[in-house]
Amino acid sequence: MNIIVCIKQVPDTNEVKIDQKTGTLIREGVPTIMNPDDKHALIEAIKIKNKHKGKVTVISMGPPQAEEALRESLAFGADEAILLCDRAFAGSDTWATANAIGAAIKHIGNYDLLLFGRQAIDGDTAQVGPQVAEFLSLPQITYAQKIELGEGKVKVERQMEEGYEVIEAALPCLITCVSEINEIGYPSLHGIKEAYREKEVRVLSAEEIEVDKYKIGLLSSPTSVKKSFTPPAKGQGQILKGSTKEVVEKLVSILKEKEIIGAF
Amino acid sequence: MNFDFTPEQLAIKKMITQFVDSEIKPYAADADQKEIFPAEQIKKLARLGVMGMSIPKKYGGAELDNISQAIIMEEVSRGCNATAVTMGAHASLTCHPIVNFGTEDQKKRFLPKLASGEYLGAFALTEPNAGSDAVNVQTTAIRDGDKYIVNGNKIFITNGGKADLICIVTTTDKSKKHNGLSIFAFEPKKTEGFSLGKKEDKLGLRGSNTQELVFRDMRLPKDNLIGGVEGEGFKIAMSVFNSGRIGIGMQGVGIAQAAFDECLKYVQEREQFGRKLHKFQALQFMLADMATKIEAARLLCYKAADIKDKGKRYVKAAAMAKLYGSDVAMEVTRAAIQIHGGYGYMKDYPLERFYRDAKITEIYEGTSEIQRLVIAAELLGRGF
Amino acid sequence: MVKVKVAMQCPETQLNLGGIVLIRGNDFEDVPNMPEVQQAIDNGYLEVLKEEKNLEKKEKKEGEEVLVFAEQRHNKISRVVFELLGKARELADKLNVKTAAILLTDKDSGLSQDLINYGADKVYLAESPILKNYQTDFYTKVVSEHIRKTKPQVAIYGATHIGRDLAPRIAQRINTGLTADCTGLDITEDGLLLQTRPAFGGNLMAQIICKKHRPQMSTARPGVFKMREKDGSRKGEIVKIAANVSEKDSKLKVLEIIKEAKKKVNLEEAKIIVSGGRGLGEKKNFSLVEDLARLLKAEVGASRAAVDSGWIAKDHQVGQTGKTVRPKLYIAIGISGAIQHKAGMQNSDMVIAINKDSSAPIFEVADYGIVGDLFKVVPELINELKK
Repeated sequence: MNIIVCIKQVPDTNEVKIDQKTGTLIREGVPTIMNPDDKHALIEAIKIKNKHKGKVTVISMGPPQAEEALRESLAFGADEAILLCDRAFAGSDTWATANAIGAAIKHIGNYDLLLFGRQAIDGDTAQVGPQVAEFLSLPQITYAQKIELGEGKVKVERQMEEGYEVIEAALPCLITCVSEINEIGYPSLHGIKEAYREKEVRVLSAEEIEVDKYKIGLLSSPTSVKKSFTPPAKGQGQILKGSTKEVVEKLVSILKEKEIIGAF
Repeated sequence: MNFDFTPEQLAIKKMITQFVDSEIKPYAADADQKEIFPAEQIKKLARLGVMGMSIPKKYGGAELDNISQAIIMEEVSRGCNATAVTMGAHASLTCHPIVNFGTEDQKKRFLPKLASGEYLGAFALTEPNAGSDAVNVQTTAIRDGDKYIVNGNKIFITNGGKADLICIVTTTDKSKKHNGLSIFAFEPKKTEGFSLGKKEDKLGLRGSNTQELVFRDMRLPKDNLIGGVEGEGFKIAMSVFNSGRIGIGMQGVGIAQAAFDECLKYVQEREQFGRKLHKFQALQFMLADMATKIEAARLLCYKAADIKDKGKRYVKAAAMAKLYGSDVAMEVTRAAIQIHGGYGYMKDYPLERFYRDAKITEIYEGTSEIQRLVIAAELLGRGF
Repeated sequence: MVKVKVAMQCPETQLNLGGIVLIRGNDFEDVPNMPEVQQAIDNGYLEVLKEEKNLEKKEKKEGEEVLVFAEQRHNKISRVVFELLGKARELADKLNVKTAAILLTDKDSGLSQDLINYGADKVYLAESPILKNYQTDFYTKVVSEHIRKTKPQVAIYGATHIGRDLAPRIAQRINTGLTADCTGLDITEDGLLLQTRPAFGGNLMAQIICKKHRPQMSTARPGVFKMREKDGSRKGEIVKIAANVSEKDSKLKVLEIIKEAKKKVNLEEAKIIVSGGRGLGEKKNFSLVEDLARLLKAEVGASRAAVDSGWIAKDHQVGQTGKTVRPKLYIAIGISGAIQHKAGMQNSDMVIAINKDSSAPIFEVADYGIVGDLFKVVPELINELKK
């Protein structure tokens, strides 16, 4: 059972602060973490490996500092780690990213299962997983909350807004995991030492994975950011005036307008 | 001179900090207020390999360098001191004699279980008449054929009532004074002649188990004599305490850091006289002093750990680390309550617990007075 | 002069632009076209009312449609589709093209007409037993082939579990751009789709364009856009399209579909929290909070004062020595808003405070405040919500 897990190192968006004077994002000093959904995918891969024997390879597309997240993956028990690092990848939107990661996975080859996290907390698109699946022409199952391996196939509980579906897919296939799939835990001291002393992080460039250079990077990306701006911080709001009936009516209409109340 | 952590040390620090924040810190208040022994926390630490952090890899331990061990001690102390001392008594006091002075047979018998956390360890020296005057141990171990017969009692033993393996300091020959001390390891739950005495009700570290051990004609196999040779006890005990001092220094740093973190948050939220507390210079000065002292204490501990890692004599550095670390813990926790005013005095807030926890760092594993004697002896060139 | 109103996505409840105060919720009003006004428009805080040409009557050009994926579950169109149709109509009118919907189902039981009633000019209908329930491979094949054939210039999908599974797969197959979770969709002066969405966990808003690739595709979450009024008299075209799919097109099999009630959430993950404080007076009055929470399907929170008084268990406590929460909506009832409490809830998206003391600090972090007797306001609120 050879599993490839795709992870991303992201800024901890819970810790991101806005510079009050310029209204822009303060990016320095924001701690980077392994994307939480990806971590769940990694832990699931290791659980499967421990049960069914096999190998877990972790891959990440990112700058050199993404090595830290890959070492963390090794510390959790992954066997091999690969960093896709090349200036040619910079500025990729999800389509271009999927082309790069897809090509890398093709290059690594020899896999039974691909596990991704559902979405990254910086982009929040949840697109790369399905796009890689399409690139590799593999069946995909998204929002996986439970995975059960069978003979050459896999049975997955796919989370829906209310309830879930049970889907079966032939291997190899690509699955994106939600955080409900497992509890994360911590890498052990032994794992951390092994990750830094005995295991290796391989670096691959765009050329080495033989990806079409017109399908990666900023200029090849179909979508681009025209402008970004920060929404202003919360300040004092308004006091609703009027009789009890009037203010309540106004309040409820505001809640309905914002669709904070109302069915799915 | 490199003041940076290695990437591996950074990874350990990141992991243990997250772990403490989620798995240890939330239970600290209850451990203190309800005197709950931190059994769950110890189990979780064991799963990470922390209980075996000082044990060599070949016996199942994590074999961490001393700086990494210091990092762990600070973080756990920042979270919960009942857990920190339970862990420290095991990983530092109990493991050290066996790892460094045990026979191969003793290492094979005891270390794997200590490493996995299957066994919780304790180290018993203190007696009613032997505190700082460690040599005045009255517990005797008399050779009788293949066994030693142990009689006496120990008080104030951390983990005493919970341990699966205890190292006890006895005298095998009173006439030889400090050259007559010998250390034995034994499994209290499997040994006849052993019983537990009074469980102490303490000012701080209230979740930690501190108990009296009673030996009445307790028979131990001669193979349990650490090192196999009588009279080595004093040397071993001094080595144990040297090593442990770095940990206690870091415990002081951890307590102080926890108190300081609360203050930093508080002064940015609390308002009096129309402005937030951090606008007042008096408070800025207090915070600056606290932060400086904590940093200095921490660096003394890292230095001692570094010297130890390099295999050189670290007696003076370790004593300085403990002395200063415990001083800083006392100063910072006192100031921290003051900064919080009335709230600092209330049990709803953790400051008063930090204050109570801090005191013991000036006392156990060698009082601050003993540390001063040790440092002076190192300075003036006399062996202690 | 330009007719503007405060945009829905503007987080401020009112804007002060060079002395002119605009309040969110008010209709379009005329303001001078000052730099501050222009800046606010550029930032997306103000919506500009473009001249309403009576576009319904004008001849729309054929092709280059704005397409909406009409997600259906158990033969019911998902509500988000109607919201998207409203927005799609707006975009189509600006581009002077038709609004189309594509519906995949086993048998159309009036769903096509529903789509037309909510704004579609055309419904492309693919009927086949194999399309009864969503399945990635079948749906991707049918929709991709349709897009390749009819070449819409814009295609939008609901950002539901289905939409987020389908849209990226299609985007990769037909090699085009896709922008997820858009909170704003508009047309630029050059006729491009301008897609506004949050990034960095909501700390940043980004405007995305897809310059060269077609169609320009977006997903949008339920509750972001407004539905138009249903118009039963609306007429539209229903075009049947071939569903060229068979079982062998997929290596996936849906074995079971299990519907169940939402799992219990805890305070830290709650979307709505109704919280009670000292103002409630006594334990039995806490039932007001609980009733309101039940109605809103919300979690119950409490201030330290309420917990200390024994009115509710400690694990409901919000604040510095309790829990830190960031729900979409936080309603504080009878809570003064001491620092310890504010620290725990000030990151909520929207805060509503009800307190009889107008100087209570809670009003400093409330988006909407009601100064009044909670024993009158809360029952009235419950009544109004029940309607």
